[in-house]
Amino acid sequence: MRKDLLTGLLAMVLATVALGLAYPLAITGISQVAFPGKSDGSLVSVDGQVVGSSLIGQSFSRPVLDKNGDPVLDEEGEEVLAPDKAYFQPRPSATGYSGNVTFFANQGPNSVEARETVRESLAAYVALEKPYDQSLTKDRVPVDAVTQSASGVDPHISEANARIQAHRIAAVRDLPLSQVEELISGHTDGRALGLFGEPGVNVLELNIALDKEAPIR
Amino acid sequence: MAQGWLQIAVFFAVLLALVKPVGIYLAGVLSNQRVFLTPIVGPIERLAYKALRVRPDEQGQDWKAYARSLIVFSLFSWVFLYAILRTQGVQPFNPGGFDSGPWDVSFNTASSFVTNTNWQYYGGETTLTYFAQMAGLAVQNFVSAAVGIAVLAALIRGIAARSAATLGNFWQDLVRILLYVLLPISILGALFLASQGVVQNLADSTVVHTLTGGTQILAQGPVASQEVIKELGTNGGGFFNVNSSYPFENSSGLTNFVEMLLILIIPAALTYTYGRMVGSQRQGWAIFGAMAALFVVAVAVVYFAEQHGTVAQHAAGLHTHAFDGSTGGNMEGKEQRFGIANSSLWTAVTTVTSCGAVNSAFESLTGLGGAVPFANLGFGEVIFGGVGTGLYSMLMYVILAVFIGGLMVGRTPEYLGKKIQAREIKLVTMAVLVTPLAVLLSAGLASATDAGKRSLYAGVNPQGFSETLYAYLSQANNNGSAFAGYTGFIQPNAPGNVGAYGITFADLLGGAVMVGARFLPIVLVLAVAGALAGKRVSPAGLGTMRTDNPTFVVLLVGIVILVGALTFFPALLLGPVVQSLTTRLF
Repeated sequence: MRKDLLTGLLAMVLATVALGLAYPLAITGISQVAFPGKSDGSLVSVDGQVVGSSLIGQSFSRPVLDKNGDPVLDEEGEEVLAPDKAYFQPRPSATGYSGNVTFFANQGPNSVEARETVRESLAAYVALEKPYDQSLTKDRVPVDAVTQSASGVDPHISEANARIQAHRIAAVRDLPLSQVEELISGHTDGRALGLFGEPGVNVLELNIALDKEAPIR
Repeated sequence: MAQGWLQIAVFFAVLLALVKPVGIYLAGVLSNQRVFLTPIVGPIERLAYKALRVRPDEQGQDWKAYARSLIVFSLFSWVFLYAILRTQGVQPFNPGGFDSGPWDVSFNTASSFVTNTNWQYYGGETTLTYFAQMAGLAVQNFVSAAVGIAVLAALIRGIAARSAATLGNFWQDLVRILLYVLLPISILGALFLASQGVVQNLADSTVVHTLTGGTQILAQGPVASQEVIKELGTNGGGFFNVNSSYPFENSSGLTNFVEMLLILIIPAALTYTYGRMVGSQRQGWAIFGAMAALFVVAVAVVYFAEQHGTVAQHAAGLHTHAFDGSTGGNMEGKEQRFGIANSSLWTAVTTVTSCGAVNSAFESLTGLGGAVPFANLGFGEVIFGGVGTGLYSMLMYVILAVFIGGLMVGRTPEYLGKKIQAREIKLVTMAVLVTPLAVLLSAGLASATDAGKRSLYAGVNPQGFSETLYAYLSQANNNGSAFAGYTGFIQPNAPGNVGAYGITFADLLGGAVMVGARFLPIVLVLAVAGALAGKRVSPAGLGTMRTDNPTFVVLLVGIVILVGALTFFPALLLGPVVQSLTTRLF
């Protein structure tokens, strides 16, 4: 028994040093040298300013302003946000696209709350896109556009979702629709090795490309 | 759906192709033979024995000595981890400046990681230092996995032995499993993941200024090194709160594929290892066949269910059919890059094994889709199961099946030439029943008390019951996945631990359940191993019931389903079954 105690203690000390420090620090060192951009979060810059990560979705909304130019607040004192019509919009997020406080929306399959959330998202999506795409009806809305992602920061939207939004982008940015659609295909991540996963349009990269191709101001 | 089925088929084919080579390698490691890594790892292995003061070749242990070493080691594991979680304020690698959180949450977390459960009441990126993640949690990801495989190794030796007194040496098994299996695969896997965008650094969070003038804070950390062992050791505890759905843990369809393989490879290959070590490859394939059959059904049901969307979505007027450019289905709580197929496959993979890592939100699964994780856990994590634990639990069912089959044909039950007698059957029955008993008692207690209801997110309704039942099912089976609305930790000012407090009832009950349902069966399994080791092997005759043919596979599957269903069906009726049958909203 006494021998077990000594060996057990030594084993945990060794494991902590070897597996808990040496291993992760060595992996960090190698990764930092071998994959510098990837291991630091795949950050993307515009004009030398870091604007986000190509793997992490972000909000493309702006605060709603009242007549005096002050932000409108909701009942809880938070700024009311509205989608910026000049940008492709990401999937709904339960976390406000937080990159440091993540949680699931946890809406159950039979919950009233889930029905209300989807209903609101659906109405908002149609209200935003229909003026630019008259043929848009509820049954054409792709599911990803009105359901909350798991991570809260899904970097992708479906191709169908992007194609609907393209009408709005073309109108607001005064671009031919075909050019917007070309940009979409240029920023669609296909299945890995042509096989694994689902294709998705990277919203941040697409919006950066839009700004380059057709600056708003 | 065709493309989805193709992906699932390819995944299964790759897994199947790996079973034999990995199984042979694992057999070499567990039989203390020379393997291809011996020239590199051998010197380190000898150094480790020297440092630990063990002479494994001279110190074979009987089952009691083996169990004692294992318990002592796990006790130190718990104390180390708890101490690390309680001293966060003075630790290096703490750019976020985190203090220790509530003690009851630490109790739960320590119990969770030492038992290979990785149930998470805490949120990784909002409460833990990088030091605690690396030197605390990730170390347990390695060693708790090794403990599970060690128990299996001892059981296999007990079954294969001919009138032996010893089951091997625990310290030797621990060292060899870590050095020859878990660490080398983790090093390769971590570097692969880092090359695909899974972050690996020690930097503070990055503040970025978004295109529309906002700011976004991106949590960083040594993720890749932890992600790989979290999958490989079927641990499942995410660096981030949303686990493998977060792009910094699982960045693409490719990383997703590799991570799923990492989860299943050891549990699946161990069936081959088993056949090899008991001297009959067919025995291993028979068990693999039983597991694979249940696994394929699980995947098919989740995929089918998730592709149909939920009652709430249909009530809101959403059309969940697939069309060109859209996956359709229930995308609530799922990521676009994984879609329905890979979220469904992952859900099955992580719950047939005791991994518990998730790439989608279980609480948002459809009623029927959510019933599959319930069923997989209800069967006692024997469909591949956790590393080591899955197969040793399945072998308990095998012995039970041999016993029942023997009664049916009226012969003394024998398994691989060893008579199965009263003592073994008593031990096996206890080992099979400990976990279900822990689940039903704790879930009942939590459902019936106000203290338990404080953890509910969905409220007192079928969804709330599902949350509760799943919480204890997951903790008792050492899985760790969750219907994540259920909580034992309130963190009003996230991130950081300021003002955070635990729900003591849920934290302590869960912690106790995890520890009890892990170590009681382990001791019982080792006792079975000890009982079998000493038996003589009688040659198989004409009347011997075969345990390596399809008939036995069907019997085995039947018994697994029967025990699981009889135990949990009444409880499941109140949660997932109601939810999948009704169109009512709660």
